[in-house]
Amino acid sequence: MSIVIYILVMALTTYLIRVIPFAAVRGKIKSRFINSVLYYIPYAVLSAMTFPAIFFATGDVVTSSVGTVIALIMAFFDLPLIAVALGSSAGAFIAQWIISAVC
Amino acid sequence: MKKDFTRGMRHGIPIMLGYLSVSFGFGILAIQKNLSILAAVGISVTNLTSAGQFAGVSVIAASGSLLEMILCQIVINLRYSLMSLSLSQKLDKSFTMPHRLIAAYGITDEIFAVASTQPGLLKPAYMYGLIFTPFIGWSMGTLLGATAGNLLPLSVTAAMSMMLYGMFIAIIIPPAKKNRKILFVILLSACFSVLLKFLLPMIGDGFAIIIAALVSSMITAALFPVEDKEADA
Repeated sequence: MSIVIYILVMALTTYLIRVIPFAAVRGKIKSRFINSVLYYIPYAVLSAMTFPAIFFATGDVVTSSVGTVIALIMAFFDLPLIAVALGSSAGAFIAQWIISAVC
Repeated sequence: MKKDFTRGMRHGIPIMLGYLSVSFGFGILAIQKNLSILAAVGISVTNLTSAGQFAGVSVIAASGSLLEMILCQIVINLRYSLMSLSLSQKLDKSFTMPHRLIAAYGITDEIFAVASTQPGLLKPAYMYGLIFTPFIGWSMGTLLGATAGNLLPLSVTAAMSMMLYGMFIAIIIPPAKKNRKILFVILLSACFSVLLKFLLPMIGDGFAIIIAALVSSMITAALFPVEDKEADA
């Protein structure tokens, strides 16, 4: 089968998943419960995506955990997104470097 | 209008940097699976999604059926429906149907994360800016990975894969410090996610995220319903 057809089907499926709720729900939802769920959803989705995946992000639990702890500390002190992202990466990189130097 | 666009672009820069590394990995993988550079970049430009693309390339490499491709994308990407629904409640009046049809293309985990935690309503120009910089990072990263994937040492690409998670942490921790209810839903969702991952690994990451997020939000909403004013903030 042509690769173009695969790509088009893939792109269209992904687009429809995104566009249907975005375009169809035009008014404000009235239910207090649903609004509450929607208020909490972003935090819940992000948390579920992050844990436990973050502990395996680099392919190594130890270096990933170092990066995680650094991210948590930096985020606790309200540092900007980019600083936290770079800090956790740098932490994981340095941890990897120390481990390979010691072992 | 122009100010909103540049503000969005600025907010998209951390996402762009994270995407550079992830899509770099995607570019390498696509070439390994015998796709052309053009096909790899074509997939990234039209899909703008991480896990879905990685899985899609595997379906292509295995010469899978189109039905398989569709089901695979639905399972992995269904979480975007949840995000779209949530964002639909946060749109400014200027977000008319054509704008909705265009901006929907760019709803990714990270763009959603930043957009949904913005104070106030979202304007189209802001969303376009917020989509634009990550889009550049995602396409360029794919191109670089596909053409020069073997140049970066493994230790660097491995460390770079922490970036997006670091960003997620930076988004959820500050509001959790101020609001106990948000802290509660974050902890609950993390617990469900970890339990599903280790007790029911066969359901897959896509469904695990949807189930964990929905169940924890519903429990939290039942225990601590939010005031209308809070929900608009």
